[in-house]
Amino acid sequence: MSPVANHASPGIQGHIEIKNLYIQLGSGDQAFEAVQNVSVSIKPGEFVCLLGPSGCGKSTLLGALAGHLQPSDGSIHVDSLPLNGPHPERGLVFQQHTLFPWKTVMDNVAFGLKMKGILRAERHKRAGELLELVGLAGFEQHYPFQLSGGMQQRVEIARVLINHPKVMLMDEPFGALDAQTRMMMQQLLLDVWESIKTTIVFITHDIDEALFLADRILIMSPRPGRIIEQTVLEFVRPRKPELLTSDRFIQLKRHCLELLHTQSADFPLQRLTPLGVIS
Amino acid sequence: MGSITEADSIPAERIDLNRREAGRRLRRVSSIAICVLLWHLASTRHMDLGVITFQNVPSPAEVLAAARELLESQKMLSHLTASMSRVFSGFLGAAVIGIGLGLMIGRSRFAEDTLLPPLEMLRPIPAVAWIPLSILMFPSSELSMIFITFTGALFPILLSTIHGVEAVDARLIASARSLGSGRRAVFTEVILPAAAPSIFTGLSIGMGTAWFCLVTAEMIAGQFGIGYYTWASYTIQNYADIVVGMLLIGLLGMGSSVLVKKLGNRLMPWHASEIRKS
Ligand SMILES: Nc1ncnc2c1ncn2[C@@H]1O[C@H](COP(=O)(O)OP(=O)(O)O)[C@@H](O)[C@H]1O
Ligand SMILES: [Mg+2]
Repeated sequence: MSPVANHASPGIQGHIEIKNLYIQLGSGDQAFEAVQNVSVSIKPGEFVCLLGPSGCGKSTLLGALAGHLQPSDGSIHVDSLPLNGPHPERGLVFQQHTLFPWKTVMDNVAFGLKMKGILRAERHKRAGELLELVGLAGFEQHYPFQLSGGMQQRVEIARVLINHPKVMLMDEPFGALDAQTRMMMQQLLLDVWESIKTTIVFITHDIDEALFLADRILIMSPRPGRIIEQTVLEFVRPRKPELLTSDRFIQLKRHCLELLHTQSADFPLQRLTPLGVIS
Repeated sequence: MGSITEADSIPAERIDLNRREAGRRLRRVSSIAICVLLWHLASTRHMDLGVITFQNVPSPAEVLAAARELLESQKMLSHLTASMSRVFSGFLGAAVIGIGLGLMIGRSRFAEDTLLPPLEMLRPIPAVAWIPLSILMFPSSELSMIFITFTGALFPILLSTIHGVEAVDARLIASARSLGSGRRAVFTEVILPAAAPSIFTGLSIGMGTAWFCLVTAEMIAGQFGIGYYTWASYTIQNYADIVVGMLLIGLLGMGSSVLVKKLGNRLMPWHASEIRKS
């Protein structure tokens, strides 16, 4: 299946339109522009990777898409509606440790349904199905701390999927995993995406990851974050690990490396995140 | 799936661990035994070291005898129940108000600005300093003692609650909101459970300070209770009973703190196991 066919299919929602977006962080003297004049249009069902050096404003942009951060200028529309705060239609997945530690795997996944007022038996049934989808059947009654990092991220993904999101916003979701687990998770994510066809905005600073996953990559400059280049990836799907060593892949990788390299950050890297907590 | 197969660990290692565990236990017990032995030597020889003298200090054997006598006489029961009901009332009041205020202050900047400054001013005042005023303020000495206990327990509970609420990971809140939680659900589903371990730490410390303050209050204002008993034993020169009273206070304070901690672990299985793991 070609990536183009993916987004052309009618009925899929999750069209994102970002226009001249500016986001300020900090306050008073410390205020600065973290995202500068970003305009992007993302098609329904498209898999977009946002690639950029750390500290360039990727999480900030994603925080605004999620509805947690207020832009200082510009607009974001999803399916022609302006954003109004966070919404379960736009699921958010972080790097690690954002499952509720006091809830079992089952209750974590079922959380979104609980918020909708769905009864316990029904939400557990549906959570069970999703856990099966991400390969975690049998771990329903475990607590997050009893799972490995990769398993925790599968739970995160299932927890978001239960809301049938139009858009999945993923902030370096596999960034804390070892290389092998990360590959497995990338494959899993692609499989899941093939079956549910939601729009995905996926942040990473790993070039291989971006090239392997995306229909299109957006490359951001160091702070203040602007989009300096876009590349559409025409690799056929389903993608296999062999892709990583193909000529075209390596050629693109070299190109990205050069872009990211010449744009080195010249400010002290702070361990701050736009949602307010060190991660 | 590595973290789940702990049962596979090599037996030899486990035996080694058990031995080390047993060694540590032995060391701890001997440490207490040595302290008692030193006390025995110092008191039976009426040691006089100039700045400190053991001439009037009862020996462990005398204390044991006094304790046994006390238990048989059942005189202690009324003292114990008096103290325990005071601690319980004061602690309960402090828990309700401390957690309530702490949650508000931790969550709302307005509450922080209006409620915290006066509380911060009252905080450094030690419980003993409250005694005269509380006698004047409350109709019965019983109530004033409960109040003293309350002040002692309040601040550790309040501060731990505030700290627990403020330390909640903002990404957890963001996740919950993105999953459809409104203000109320964020509070009950995220803030409360996330702050719970810190709140329980505060409760456990508060339980200790509650005993501490109660005994002080009883020594001055009480007609019953273990603190009163300890002080009364001094005035009637029953020196062995002083130490019995002291030991009882220590035991009860420690016991009730442990009880609070156990309750916390029971209510927060994820937390207890997380701690055990790290
Ligand atoms: N709450 C904050 N206050 C001030 N500066 C922040 C805050 N959060 C992040 N920053 C800074 O804003 C810039 C962009 O942050 P972020 O979007 O997290 O970058 P990225 O996700 O690309 O690593 C970084 O330089 C970071 O140090
Ligand atoms: Mg980031």
